[in-house]
Amino acid sequence: MKMVIKRTLTASFVTLSLISAFSVLADQGKGLELAKLRKQADSGWQDSQATLTMELKNAAGDTSLRKLRIKSLEVNNDGDKGLTIFDTPRDVKGTAFLNHSHAVKPDDQWLYLPALKRVKRIASRNKSGPFMGSEFAYEDLSSFELEKYTFNFIEETTLDGQSVYLVEQVPVDRYSGYTKQRVWLAKSHYQPLKVEFYDRKNALLKTLELKGYQKYLDKIWRANTLVMNNVQTQKATTLTTTKLVFKTGLQVNDFNKASLKRAR
Amino acid sequence: MKLTALCGGATLLALSQSAHAEPWQHSGEAQVQQRGFFQKKPHSENAPKHWQGSVMIEPLWQKVTDSSLTSVKLFGRVDSHDKERTHWDIRELSYLTYWDDYEFKIGIDKVFWGVTESQHLVDVINQTDSVEGFDGEDKLGQPMAQFKAVKEIGTFDFWILPYFRERTLPSTEGRLAFPLPLLDAQFESSKEHNTLDLAMRYSHTLEDWDIGLSYFDGTNREPYLQQRPNGITPFYAQMWQLGTDIQGVFGDWLLKLEAIHRDSLETYFAMTTGFEYTQVGIFDTVMDLGWIAEYSFDERDSAFNQNDLFVGWRLAFNDMDGYEILFGLSQDLDSQHTFSAKLEASGRVGENWKWQVDAWAFASDQSNSPLFLLKDEDFIELSLSYYF
Repeated sequence: MKMVIKRTLTASFVTLSLISAFSVLADQGKGLELAKLRKQADSGWQDSQATLTMELKNAAGDTSLRKLRIKSLEVNNDGDKGLTIFDTPRDVKGTAFLNHSHAVKPDDQWLYLPALKRVKRIASRNKSGPFMGSEFAYEDLSSFELEKYTFNFIEETTLDGQSVYLVEQVPVDRYSGYTKQRVWLAKSHYQPLKVEFYDRKNALLKTLELKGYQKYLDKIWRANTLVMNNVQTQKATTLTTTKLVFKTGLQVNDFNKASLKRAR
Repeated sequence: MKLTALCGGATLLALSQSAHAEPWQHSGEAQVQQRGFFQKKPHSENAPKHWQGSVMIEPLWQKVTDSSLTSVKLFGRVDSHDKERTHWDIRELSYLTYWDDYEFKIGIDKVFWGVTESQHLVDVINQTDSVEGFDGEDKLGQPMAQFKAVKEIGTFDFWILPYFRERTLPSTEGRLAFPLPLLDAQFESSKEHNTLDLAMRYSHTLEDWDIGLSYFDGTNREPYLQQRPNGITPFYAQMWQLGTDIQGVFGDWLLKLEAIHRDSLETYFAMTTGFEYTQVGIFDTVMDLGWIAEYSFDERDSAFNQNDLFVGWRLAFNDMDGYEILFGLSQDLDSQHTFSAKLEASGRVGENWKWQVDAWAFASDQSNSPLFLLKDEDFIELSLSYYF
């Protein structure tokens, strides 16, 4: 008798596991499908030039402002290329950062130091470090690629009155600073409205809010204000795009070490 | 030479000012600096026993268009004691134009080659401004014409370098100086300063490797210091040099090698090799700790780094004010008591100010070691800079 009960229990447990496995598979399928829609909706912009301000705020409320410009080039079937030029703080004026992001392997990164006229290679496997003392990690600013995560659809819900999909994405790279990210994608344009970042201990580390979405080139939606709040340290960074122009005619040869040295 | 260049440059600027509508961007740095020496044993009675102060200014003007970049960077320092350290220079006065895969630059500028941190063997285009920075990182502006081609198979650079500049060296009125007065320089070439030097470089990035090959033919930037009864004569010989610099990135590791074969008064081989390893987010903070270790070898027994090991740590706070601390130790492996140590710390105050502390200590019991001259010159240097 005991044996029978045990067998039945085992059988039903197996069945339950199978059902939940199927539903996980289905959710992964839907998660990936939404991620593809997100990527697709943000493609075809070719290149862009942006002027930004970055306001850093510490727990005491002191603020510090940085001004920067970012040139970007869309690359099909790999990560995008980016060139960031710092205008302030004054002591780092003219410093430029070249990033060739990749879908799977680590990004290739170089930093140009104008006082030394030197280009330094950056060992970039560990992308969890902060970008310019801000609450943004390098990996937060790298281009969104499907190969970087596994996806899981959680639910359809609303966020501040907007219809959204909640998707969980787990970084594939073991050197990522995160165990997972929860992303709220707008149903209207598939771009994120909010992201929660969970640290290596699986505790909530940061929340990112993306505000002020505008449509460019009749199809590309971009937020002009990104607010990253570190819930563990109470520090915050606001990244504001003050100017953004697409299809400016940038080419691959605007994103090599020679162009890094003359970037101003 | 500097004045002629400046007049020529001013004319050029006046012309370009009227020809284009793009505005000039102004920026720069102004600095006050105080050095404190621990040992009261200067080489001369005129030199300061403990304190040597100075002020510096370095304004920069730049004009950027879609296909060109014009730069003017001047530099001047006034020192409390050392008349050689009271000096000015044209760091940059150059016009760069670029099209497709090519670049052409003419004027005065600085060029850096290399990958290692403890010394820069392959980097030979610019003369060192050694009164300005004790560590050899500061350079004098070099007149040049440069052509660059960026191709699939790599980047090719060619330089013509008219005019040779002598190394700046501290006088006996200042500290960190030679024990004897400096005499007029002598040259192997009868053309003295008016030589025409050539340089070329090939560089390429192959996946995780950055490689460089360079060739230089001209006046050796490094003077042979010849002792005479009444002082020291810097002698500038001719040389040619073949150099390579290679860097590989593997995870959090950067592997580095610089090597040269130089044929001057002496013919020799020298190299520096090592690694830089970065720990991101140490002790559960946002701070990074970099580990640097480099070994240097030089065939000349009298060289600074004939058989030396450098180890260093760089701590970056990654905070709003950009605090950074670097500690480095250079040990002569042939002589236990010959070493130098440096500590560098810096940070920002507000948007426009930056402080920096540099401290150096030297030890040597070998009278033939270059460090022996510095053994009583341990110092700490405080700098406060305003960026505008």
